[in-house]
Amino acid sequence: MPVVALKPYQGEVKDRQENFHGNQLLYVGWEDHLMFCAPLCFMLPPDLRFGDLPEQILPGAYGAHPDWARVDWSEARWFRSGRPWQPDFDKTLAENGLGHKEVLRFQTPGLTGIAGSCS
Amino acid sequence: MDMKASKKKLGLKERYAHLTRGLDWETSYQKMDDVFPFDKFEGIKIHDWDKWEDPFRLTMDAYWKYQAEKERKLYAIIDAFQQNNGHLGITDARYVNALKLFITGISPLEYMAHRGFTHVGRHFRGVGPRVACQMQAIDEIRHSQTQIHSMSNYNRHYNGMHDFKNMIEKVWYLSVPRSFFDDAVTAGPFEFMIAIGFSFEYVLTNLLFVPFISGAAFNGDMGATTFGFSAQSDEARHMTLGLECIKFMLEQDPDNLPIVQKWIDKWTWRGVRVLSLVGMMMDYMLPKRVMSWQEAWEIYFEQNGGALFKDLARYGITIPKCVEQVTKDKEHISHQVWSTFYQYGGVAAFHTWMPSDEEMDWLSAKYPNTFDKYYRPRFTYWREQEAQGKRFYNNSLPMLCQTCQIPLVFTEPDDPTKIAYRESDYQGEKYHFCSDGCKEIFDNEPEKYVQAWLPVHQIYQGHCFKPDVDPTAPGFDPLAAVLDWYNLVDGQDNKDFNGSEDQRNFAAWRGMATRND
Repeated sequence: MPVVALKPYQGEVKDRQENFHGNQLLYVGWEDHLMFCAPLCFMLPPDLRFGDLPEQILPGAYGAHPDWARVDWSEARWFRSGRPWQPDFDKTLAENGLGHKEVLRFQTPGLTGIAGSCS
Repeated sequence: MDMKASKKKLGLKERYAHLTRGLDWETSYQKMDDVFPFDKFEGIKIHDWDKWEDPFRLTMDAYWKYQAEKERKLYAIIDAFQQNNGHLGITDARYVNALKLFITGISPLEYMAHRGFTHVGRHFRGVGPRVACQMQAIDEIRHSQTQIHSMSNYNRHYNGMHDFKNMIEKVWYLSVPRSFFDDAVTAGPFEFMIAIGFSFEYVLTNLLFVPFISGAAFNGDMGATTFGFSAQSDEARHMTLGLECIKFMLEQDPDNLPIVQKWIDKWTWRGVRVLSLVGMMMDYMLPKRVMSWQEAWEIYFEQNGGALFKDLARYGITIPKCVEQVTKDKEHISHQVWSTFYQYGGVAAFHTWMPSDEEMDWLSAKYPNTFDKYYRPRFTYWREQEAQGKRFYNNSLPMLCQTCQIPLVFTEPDDPTKIAYRESDYQGEKYHFCSDGCKEIFDNEPEKYVQAWLPVHQIYQGHCFKPDVDPTAPGFDPLAAVLDWYNLVDGQDNKDFNGSEDQRNFAAWRGMATRND
């Protein structure tokens, strides 16, 4: 039963993609860097080149971390919904198969946060 | 009405019996199910409403007399506290930030509890529970009023408390307690009784009121201490009502057990998530500490709650399944939540700060397994950054849990270095959660939770700006527009305690009260 209610009803899905002005939501988490307390939520156009995410957008979000300057994208490992995944930097989000409200994580080997505490 | 007048005056027990038995009748022009449309759809079966036993048997005249007495004492103390500038006797102005969280996040819940109990006090078919819920509805509105009155004194002197009614409907972190109550009051009456009457009042209120009120007393706040004591004597009655309600359901029909168990599991978990705010308050926001969150958890949840569930075991109720996880989480959540408010302190209606050396040592001693390993390095780094003029603020919006609406800040129960991610697909949409508990609540009733008003998504959709704001205008500053919509003044109500107007004023006023310069 999708809801316990007096009579059948359908809930209004508040976060449909069409409510985001032609954009989609993408969640991104940096593994082992809990100084950023939670994964981040970005609103991005589906035709954004994937490489713009690490090159243009993430530096503004994660740049305050002392590990950020040492990130090597050729070494980074990506996960989509927790499973290993390989993005194509030159294709768009949509061409990479990323839909609305997908969650990505990236791990930067050798970087384990402030004093190795995963912060 | 034929009533034998055998004695001149009735005893309390008899008066209560007359108030709650035999006054109703079976309707004939209207179907009973139309008169009481809400008390069957949840699947709870009640065969004899007269089996309801209210252990307090309170009548209106007695209630009025007790409450009036308490009211007189309460307001005499609040007046004295105000007239003597009692706010200057608190340990440190940082303490006031706990009150800011209380007035914006908790007092509006008391009001929602009032509305909820008024609703169920109309819709139960039996007179006994109706009367008991109506009494509790009056208690709840009284709690919200006395809290507002005693904290209004602080509002005259400190920032951030000026618009709690507006803020509970808008501010991102206040959607956590608000959605908790919205969930409860939109459920059926029996689920509401488990949610609020049992899980919230019985299992969790002690963790809210006892440490908070002891904290107020330890930190010299006579105003809050007094409303706390005044409310606490009502809470004892509410707890008994919640427990009676649960026993009544379980005794009426064996089919009720699985429904009740599911609600207990759901609402214990929802309550645990909301209480993480109280955990942070105890470990970080009280300049004079009472006990650690972990210690409070062990006494009030593990010991007291454990005894309660033992008592309910004879009905077939088992301990809520989240207990295994919360036993691990208790060493982490207060640090994780304070980290969150520290970095999003630019959009909060209270101040945040990093603990001092002495406070960090206290945290190490109280959390020997976790604080130094996982949290001290982060806090030390943030303090160094602040000293260099680079106080850390997270400038990106966080990912929120669809159910509890808290950002995904909690780690895997067995690995404190990994954020816990959970997700579900429902009708072609993805939904994300902070935990197994929140995911399961969604999966049981997805049509309810797809409607969640998630602050981060609402900001992106453009619903969190004032109507005359144009987000496409050149140089548009979304953060400033959101703060304006919250009715928060940047640099005054938010950000770090160090350098705040509250800090300066408190130092200046206390100086005037204790020195002659």
